[in-house]
Amino acid sequence: MISSIRSDKHGLRARPALSDVPKTLRRSGIVLPFLALALVLTITSSTFATQANLLNLLDQQSSVLIIAAAGTLVFIAGGLDLSVGAVYALAAVIAGRIAQHEPVVVAMLAGVGVGVLVGFVNGFLAAVLEVNSLIATLAMSFVVTGVAALVTSGNSITLYNRPSYGDLAQTHILTVASSTWVALLVVVVLGLVLWRTVLGRHIYSVGGNPNAARVAGVRVTAVRMTTFVLSGAAAALGGLVDSSRVLSAQSSNGGDALTFAVIAGIVVGGTSIKGGEGAVWRSFVGVIFLALIANGYNLLGLNPLYQQITLGALILLAVGAEPAARVITQWRSLRRNPPVDSPVGSDIHGQSFIVPEGT
Amino acid sequence: MTVAVQVRSPVTHGEARPSLRSAGLDLIGISKRFGGVHALNDINLRIAPGTIHALIGENGAGKSTLGKVISGVLQPDRGHIAICNRPVLLRSPREALAMGIATIEQEVSLAPNLSVQDNVFLGAEPRRAGIINRRGLRRLWQETIADSGFHLTGSELVKGLPLGPRQQVEILRAISRQADLIVMDEPTAALGRDESRALHRDIRKLRDGGVAVLVISHFIKEVLALADSVTVLRDGRIVRTAPAREETERSLIEAMLGRPLSSVFPKKTPAPKSHSVLLEGRELVASGLDGISVEVRAGEIVGVAGLDGSGRIELGRALFGELPLASGSIRVAGSPVAMPTPRKLIRRGVSVIPPSRRDDGLFLHRSILENATISCLAEISRAGVIRRRAETRKVAHMLAQLDVPLQRCRDAVATLSGGNQQKVLFARAMMRDPVALIAIEPTRGIDIGAKASIYSLLASLAESGVGILLISSEQEELTGMAHRILVMHQGRVSAELSGPEMTEERILSAAFSNALQPKVGRND
Repeated sequence: MISSIRSDKHGLRARPALSDVPKTLRRSGIVLPFLALALVLTITSSTFATQANLLNLLDQQSSVLIIAAAGTLVFIAGGLDLSVGAVYALAAVIAGRIAQHEPVVVAMLAGVGVGVLVGFVNGFLAAVLEVNSLIATLAMSFVVTGVAALVTSGNSITLYNRPSYGDLAQTHILTVASSTWVALLVVVVLGLVLWRTVLGRHIYSVGGNPNAARVAGVRVTAVRMTTFVLSGAAAALGGLVDSSRVLSAQSSNGGDALTFAVIAGIVVGGTSIKGGEGAVWRSFVGVIFLALIANGYNLLGLNPLYQQITLGALILLAVGAEPAARVITQWRSLRRNPPVDSPVGSDIHGQSFIVPEGT
Repeated sequence: MTVAVQVRSPVTHGEARPSLRSAGLDLIGISKRFGGVHALNDINLRIAPGTIHALIGENGAGKSTLGKVISGVLQPDRGHIAICNRPVLLRSPREALAMGIATIEQEVSLAPNLSVQDNVFLGAEPRRAGIINRRGLRRLWQETIADSGFHLTGSELVKGLPLGPRQQVEILRAISRQADLIVMDEPTAALGRDESRALHRDIRKLRDGGVAVLVISHFIKEVLALADSVTVLRDGRIVRTAPAREETERSLIEAMLGRPLSSVFPKKTPAPKSHSVLLEGRELVASGLDGISVEVRAGEIVGVAGLDGSGRIELGRALFGELPLASGSIRVAGSPVAMPTPRKLIRRGVSVIPPSRRDDGLFLHRSILENATISCLAEISRAGVIRRRAETRKVAHMLAQLDVPLQRCRDAVATLSGGNQQKVLFARAMMRDPVALIAIEPTRGIDIGAKASIYSLLASLAESGVGILLISSEQEELTGMAHRILVMHQGRVSAELSGPEMTEERILSAAFSNALQPKVGRND
């Protein structure tokens, strides 16, 4: 008892240092490999570090960045949104359809509105009905993909006669494409929301410990709902940006490939799938990191067949490092403290085990 | 461990099993710590074969921990278990089972969608090449049920059974594994009187068949009626082991009572009765609550006592809007709270210290700062954006009051000791200048130094006019702190004690109410 009082005064460290290692690793984890990869590419490829290549890379990733930024909020609140690829396509085809006859602004707003609507349904299923968000959004992605195919009747919508539809992505400001500006704006705003606002704190609390959040007076359902709505809106915006760049929209765009690219970026960035931890800047770095790998394979002329393997291995590394460290820690501590005191006194072989009662 | 087995090396499962049935089980110098708390301290105990041995003690005395050590769920930090003078290693319930030790948990652990017979042989089905031999299983079942004398239908699904028969299924499972020692943790806690009686009969039958039964209980009457010998635990140590016939209700209660902690408690100030009622629950009916009413006045500390399952915790949760109410109403400072939720009560000025800081208190991976301010973000933000400087200032002020190391306020709260984690919860509660505080088990699992500072904190809050509902399983804490104590039993108040009536003995006897003797506590 006396020793415990003393240790309490010093603010006892409950954890052994070893279990902190994966944590610090994850905290700064993605940054070092990212810098290393960028450095390697700069040295090995003469085209990598050119303005054209880098701006092109950002431009191509703008929709993934937008969706991953909002997806990070969903992740941290303890959810998962698998419908983003489908919403991306639906928003683009609906906006495209409307833009053929109506003002472009109306079309764009309608596109984002569709994303918000799907986000509401996702949020209702996952937060109010408490359906597992993986299942709910997976089912919704089928529904949404189907609706998108219905809207286009399977054809591609072209908007070459509506050049102003391209303004969202193709305007250049300070030589940087507006698609990139939009992506950066979304990343910064959502990053600030998470970092500095009441909503951000509530998102962390809901994902970290929903019971405690409720007891602390946080509206758990509303917060979860908000993250899904933001994710839906971001997915729609991503779809609009990309269709604006190419002046066409197809129901088969986006889809699972996009969804997986978004989730891969978030996870590689180091946001925990268990919720309660993570940051938007991490997802930014994660998405760009994965894009650098693809870019590098291109520039260096490597066999693209290995690209998938590299990608998968990186994701496994991102999600597997911490559990692996934990298992190793357990093994070590088991070896250090075997379950029973090993030296057994010779009195064990004396016959009696008289129990000293009450002493 | 791969060295050839020496005479003295621990027995691991897989070797020929030493005879638990003829020799019994010995616990030698068992100690177990959880953080700073000694849950078990140098326990030496012999469980003789063919006897019913009871472990009794207050909540937190270590009886369940000891049961878990015997059943292989927990490993002792020091000491060992021996059978026939040979130490045995029980690293998991599975290894304990291989040694002949079966456990029947507090919560029945059956697969509800499987039939009775499948549950009995779950994990030990007669099989060939991985395919279950249905006919062999049926034959085994018939033998087992015939020997037991139970009335169960093998093909019935477990989910259709009431609790009593479910427990019989568990017992059959233990018997079918040739268990020589069966550990039962609070076996009758959830049973009605007839079912308890039936279970007692079954337990005696097991004993007569040569099985040792370890019953962990806090029902004194049950222990006296059922057990052959009784071991009383207090604060992780054995007070004594004696034949049950030498014990009485009084002697057991006295043995269970803790050491006096009076020196730790601040001086009590009398609460003037005239003060207004700040927090009130009227005729609350909810899961675990059966029409209970409470009032907490300004400056008053109202203690709530009761055994686990008496509705003590549920009362706190209901008053904080966390349990849905079937009927009844909650009033704060005189005006009713419609459709109460924690958020509404916080807004009305009620704060809570939740019963488990891990499960419904803290965000363990977030910083001390964020944990402290989560309930008062509106006050330190403008248009939804948190003003960092205001936040830091507010937290610094509060942590200094509570004596929590300030320079670490950006560290994860998980890195703090239990006592300091609890203080962070107090910081959160006090940030909003509450009118009333519901403190549920505020000192659970923390060391005595931190306890003392939490007690003085509660006292100073009460002195400043906050109404406090102190819900606790520790009698000393209640008698030391409260102005009056409500003792709960089965979702109701079984006694209200104040002044010199507030003794630990009176609390215990009212808490045991029906189990001990009906209608005790009021009129003696």
